[in-house]
Amino acid sequence: MLQRLRESKSAQGTLLALPTTVWLFVLLIIPLILTLIVSFGKRSPDGDVIYTFTLDNYIRLSGYSTDCPDGQTACFDPLYVGILGRSMSLAFNTTFFVITLAYPLAYFIARAHPKQRNMYLFMVLIPLWTNFVIRVYAWMMLLRKEGAINIIIGWVMNLLNIPFTPLEMLYTPGAVLVGMVYEFLPFMILPIYTSLEKIDNSLYEAAADLGANAVKTFLRVTLPLSMPGVVAGTILVFIPVMGTFIVSDILGGRQVILVGNLIQRQFLDARDPTFGSAASLILMVLTLIVTYFYTRKFGFGEEIVAA
Amino acid sequence: MISEFAVEMRDVVKRFITPEGNEMAAVDHVTMKIKNGEFFSMLGSSGCGKTTSLRMIAGFEWPTEGEVFIEGKPMGHTPPFQRKVNTVFQSYALFQHMTIYQNVAFGLEMEGAKEEEIKKRVGRALDMVQLTGMDRRKPKQLSGGQQQRVALARALVKTPDVLLLDEPLGALDLKLRKEMQLELKALQQQLGITFIYVTHDQEEALTMSDRIAVMSKGKVQQMGSPVEVYERPANKFVADFIGESNFLEGKIRTISKDEATVFIPGLNAELTGMPVSDGLVKGEEVYVSIRPEKVRITEKNAINQNIFHAKVTNTVYIGADTHIYVEAHGVKLKVLEQNRISRLDPKSFYSVGQEVWLMLMPENTLLLKKD
Ligand SMILES: Nc1ncnc2c1ncn2[C@@H]1O[C@H](COP(=O)(O)OP(=O)(O)OP(=O)(O)O)[C@@H](O)[C@H]1O
Ligand SMILES: [Mg+2]
Repeated sequence: MLQRLRESKSAQGTLLALPTTVWLFVLLIIPLILTLIVSFGKRSPDGDVIYTFTLDNYIRLSGYSTDCPDGQTACFDPLYVGILGRSMSLAFNTTFFVITLAYPLAYFIARAHPKQRNMYLFMVLIPLWTNFVIRVYAWMMLLRKEGAINIIIGWVMNLLNIPFTPLEMLYTPGAVLVGMVYEFLPFMILPIYTSLEKIDNSLYEAAADLGANAVKTFLRVTLPLSMPGVVAGTILVFIPVMGTFIVSDILGGRQVILVGNLIQRQFLDARDPTFGSAASLILMVLTLIVTYFYTRKFGFGEEIVAA
Repeated sequence: MISEFAVEMRDVVKRFITPEGNEMAAVDHVTMKIKNGEFFSMLGSSGCGKTTSLRMIAGFEWPTEGEVFIEGKPMGHTPPFQRKVNTVFQSYALFQHMTIYQNVAFGLEMEGAKEEEIKKRVGRALDMVQLTGMDRRKPKQLSGGQQQRVALARALVKTPDVLLLDEPLGALDLKLRKEMQLELKALQQQLGITFIYVTHDQEEALTMSDRIAVMSKGKVQQMGSPVEVYERPANKFVADFIGESNFLEGKIRTISKDEATVFIPGLNAELTGMPVSDGLVKGEEVYVSIRPEKVRITEKNAINQNIFHAKVTNTVYIGADTHIYVEAHGVKLKVLEQNRISRLDPKSFYSVGQEVWLMLMPENTLLLKKD
């Protein structure tokens, strides 16, 4: 037996892959199958799952409705499609702003003196030690009508003798976007920093030697070589943003409902796990599609992983 | 051209602050004048300031004191991209995200050359370094020697007045290195560009250079042609660093305009007719320096001047030559004999314990100051 194992490469491969396979199966495949089964079920009046096979939940998500005004038999209810669309556009916007903010920061840290570099990285990481929810609450304190931002603007306006009514910032899509960008910034800074830091100084010198000024060096050398970091960061940010519900819950209130909130409420408030499961799977499929096309164009940022 | 000299370093000092907070001079009052079209080498052991000197010429570092001139113009703080010199980096510094073609074309694009011209010149540069047909590959898909050629082509395509090379062959194996040495030298002669070449390999410097600056601890110890630095080393450091040398401690007994007599306490004997150099005085302590291949070794005493009785302590056969280690009154010397005759037991010619005579011909010795 052992003799055979020693000789057979494929048997060795199977054996080595076994722990991962078991792990994947228990933690990913089985829950996924359960979710799929539940999503085809029906909710009983007291909130239990009746296991049948019906596509009702998916039909409801697609916006097909029989509960129509004016006595129509069927009509389009944009509620859920709207939520999905809003989640998606928020995820795109968040990723975009996070890249825009994270790149210069990562660049600054990577080009800083090695002694200061660690301190800056430390500062990027410190917020992650505080609970996620508490950090979002902090933003609530800042954005409230009586919050710090309004107080400061009010104070400046007062000095300038301009009349000022406090801004309504909380419970707006903008507030959710700000919260998201803040929450996910470190996950973009770190991979971009890693890829920038790996660029050997001699490459900058070679570019200068060959006649490139600072701008050209950045566009032709720095930026392309740091793309793996941007790609890795994008994956790290986009996927969780698609599913998150805490930020929108606290900073968006009832005004900004995302797929994450929808799913959470189906499980906790509405007690309809079947509809919640269907929504989860749709979210997963959407995220997969976007990630698939993105990674097909840009790769996985594998140079980061390999480093 | 405006100046006879392609590059001139005038009394250049470069100081760095070490991590411990001390100031140290990596380059210490260096003056070099490098002629147009010359193959000039900076030779020295690790940390002697070769790279730092080269980087100051390229413009990556600025001198703390002194001035670098290129084509007679003081460079001051002129940035690298405005100097008509190009560098071949020790690590090659190729752009991994670009193809070979794009790497070589980069410098021309920065000049704003037209696409057609770029194509022509890149093609010519790749032909020159024998990389025809490799233009679509990425640097990672080439061998070390090929990457080295890309780095060379990328710098040469800009047709610089001066090409700076920092140990460009350091990462190659011995055989390839020897081939590339000859190729580089041929290329330099064909193009007529000034090469400033940094190396710690004395054989490489001797093979390729028109002139060599031997450096140590940030200072130039000697500057001269390969023959000059090998045959007439200016001091003990140079004699020791370039090739090998036997050093006998001695004291000048008598000295005239043309020759000196030196007493060697270790041998309890006098060497007569020694060639003299400037600044030596009677009574001065000196080293008598003689190369291993210039010591004559015989079994019989033929003459009676400058000849010593010695005993063979070891012989090492290394193919073309045999190294013979001898001892005379406790003074150890190394002698090198060519194996001119084919025989299966070359060591037997001089066997360990054999008594021999060593001749130190005056014209093959040098008197070097003790410092
Ligand atoms: N940026 C720097 N900061 C501090 N010290 C430096 C710096 N660059 C070089 N040095 C020091 O200056 C000295 C000369 O360095 P340099 O790189 O010129 O040596 P080198 O002759 O090229 O040696 P090698 O053959 O090892 O490349 C070394 O002692 C080095 O530690
Ligand atoms: Mg060096």
